[in-house]
Amino acid sequence: MFRNQYDNDVTVWSPQGRLHQVEYAMEAVKQGSATVGVKSSTHAVLVALKRASSELAAHQKKIMPLDKHIAVSISGLTADARVLIRFMRTECLNEHYAHDQALSLDKLMEKVGVKMQVATQRYDKRPYGVGLLIAGHDGDGPHIYQTCPSANYYDCQAMGIGARSQSARTYLERHLEEFSSSTREELIRHALRALRDTLPNDVELTNKNCSVAVVGQGEDLSIYEDEDVNPYLEGLDQEERRGGAGRSEAQPTPSDDTPASTDTTQPPSSSSGDQPQGESMDTD
Amino acid sequence: MSLAVMGGADYMRDPRKHHFHPYADNGGTSVAIAGDDFVMIASDTRLTRGFNILSRDQGKVLGLTPKTMMASSGCWADVLTLKKVLNARLTMYSHEHHDVMSTTAVAQLLSTMLYWRRFFPYYVSNILAGIDEEGKGVVYHYDPVGHMEKLAFSATGASVAQIQPLLDNQIGALNMKDATPPTITKELARQLIHDAFVSAAERDINTGDGILIHTITKDGRTDEKVKLRRD
Amino acid sequence: MDVGRMFGEVAPPLWSGGPAPGGFYSFPGTNNKQHETKTHTMYPSTSGTSVVGLVYDGGVMLGADTLGSYGSLARFRNVERTFKVTDKAVLTCSGDIADYQFIREVIEQKVRDDEISGFTPVLNAGALHCWLTRVLYNRRSRFDPLWLECVVAGFKDDKPFLGYVDKIGTAFEAQEVASGFGMHMAIPMIREAREKKGNLTRDDARKLLVDCLKVLYYRDCRAHFKYQVADVTAEGVKIENDLNLKPDTSWSIANFVRGYE
Repeated sequence: MFRNQYDNDVTVWSPQGRLHQVEYAMEAVKQGSATVGVKSSTHAVLVALKRASSELAAHQKKIMPLDKHIAVSISGLTADARVLIRFMRTECLNEHYAHDQALSLDKLMEKVGVKMQVATQRYDKRPYGVGLLIAGHDGDGPHIYQTCPSANYYDCQAMGIGARSQSARTYLERHLEEFSSSTREELIRHALRALRDTLPNDVELTNKNCSVAVVGQGEDLSIYEDEDVNPYLEGLDQEERRGGAGRSEAQPTPSDDTPASTDTTQPPSSSSGDQPQGESMDTD
Repeated sequence: MSLAVMGGADYMRDPRKHHFHPYADNGGTSVAIAGDDFVMIASDTRLTRGFNILSRDQGKVLGLTPKTMMASSGCWADVLTLKKVLNARLTMYSHEHHDVMSTTAVAQLLSTMLYWRRFFPYYVSNILAGIDEEGKGVVYHYDPVGHMEKLAFSATGASVAQIQPLLDNQIGALNMKDATPPTITKELARQLIHDAFVSAAERDINTGDGILIHTITKDGRTDEKVKLRRD
Repeated sequence: MDVGRMFGEVAPPLWSGGPAPGGFYSFPGTNNKQHETKTHTMYPSTSGTSVVGLVYDGGVMLGADTLGSYGSLARFRNVERTFKVTDKAVLTCSGDIADYQFIREVIEQKVRDDEISGFTPVLNAGALHCWLTRVLYNRRSRFDPLWLECVVAGFKDDKPFLGYVDKIGTAFEAQEVASGFGMHMAIPMIREAREKKGNLTRDDARKLLVDCLKVLYYRDCRAHFKYQVADVTAEGVKIENDLNLKPDTSWSIANFVRGYE
């Protein structure tokens, strides 16, 4: 196991100006199954791949509602996610209680950002080991936000996180121009195609391993699970994978995205170009 | 609150007449009638303070879940707060249980919440109406500090003294010789509610302007607005 | 409060010269006052009288005079108690002027906080109204009320909004709202005008509002001729200061009034 002198504590800097503990936490996100978020000019969509921890266990829920206008999809430590979700739900309730309105996404993100940052700066805490995709609709239209254990958060047009999510991001980058004018159904389709691209060739999206959430203009949040997902999956298995671009099964960097077997204590190498957002230590 | 002990009689203490009172009576009357497969709950739309009409268009029935509604009147400040807290509790429940709260559970929650403020009560008269787990209409009646009773019909609020005896007589067949209680149909319930409010508005200045009648069945909800005298 | 003095006139103290009951257990420097009564505002001091507000086609208008009364003394004649919260909300209060100025500072800070964080939907009238109900209700529940009747005017979801909140948290939304004496005198005038005319134009609303303020100036001893009017439309908030009712009023009849000398 790789160790170094500067990774014992979140509060200790390495001479290179890095916080190794925070970077390790970033790796935890890649342990979780993939999830994808996309927005158009009217809607925001989340799709997620659900995993069952064993043959005997049910599939773990990945998408949770916060309020009538926001849903969260998680990748990483579910238990940490629950703490953050409870916090965000409380903030949503408080906004209804105090101002009789739905909490706007920018306010929510600032609050959760501050909460997560504290855990990266105090010696008696550890960073949250979870990445979130937050989809919502407020006065400013639809939003997709991504959060990291480093407490950075990003306002995105589309994003994918979790195991093998580089393939999803590749799909999203290729079709970025199409999203803003997409209809609700087209947007869901895009998200599902991106999610499917993270799967090995012999695995398909099914109503057991996949959930869908949609929210948009004049439409409260709906989360579809099990047979309710069927209409959205219809015909998807007929479509060619990876946009038909002939990319092989091989992932760009093998060190990433292989769940369970990855040694998470290894600090991310600077060459891991498939981290969600550049360097985890973004300073802006 | 007597402050007389602080030296001198109360009237000498301060020349100003204002004194703080944490409660107000803002009127409002509510009625609910349960049927076999439906429940009807109604309130007037007048909000008062003393001889002033604050609003002629203030419904007092709150939709809590698709199958449960609550009528609440009395001290309007307390009504607003109770509604807000109750709504937050229902949202928390649905998040925790991935399901909507049943009418029976809401009924118990309301009682608990009212009793929580036993020594500084919400000054409110509540009726809760809904469809229970068997699909039957139910009505719960509360006092301000949380006493709860399950009934087939009930009235509460400003004009309770005018309306409750009417319902006792017409639905309960009370105070009559050899009378049998009628079968409650939607038509009968609506007619009784209408007549009850019209009569109450004639006699009570705290009831008037309009009635909002809500009907809940297992398939959903319908709302109706009826005019009432405005003087 | 000194227990001895409190009951001094009523009964002799339990014993004198000894420690207070329970005093054996009180160490120096500890807070022994926690069970003593705290006194709160139980009546207003310098106060403002009526506020009148009404919704018209495409906007909301508010009017209030600028007198700060100290009991029956017309103490301060230029107290402005209308302020622009955001482009979507105006607040005017009657009641205790100090409490109004306090709540104004809190709201201004709240708006600044939103602004520096770059939150885009500004505080709208509906949200402000709701927030005020919570603040005033919580203060009354602590028996430390803010002695106010607030009228909030503005826009909510691109529709005109007019709301009222009082010191115990009674709150409602209406097409016409007034506080203090205005509730008795202005409200019937506005409701009558609406019943006769149906919808009100902006000019109708302005004329009606000034009429209401005039009647209040004639009849309310705590009213004043200097006043402010706030007008909120989709374009934003316009507040007119230093308006004067006096040229429009006639007091010549006062000489003929007999029987009240």
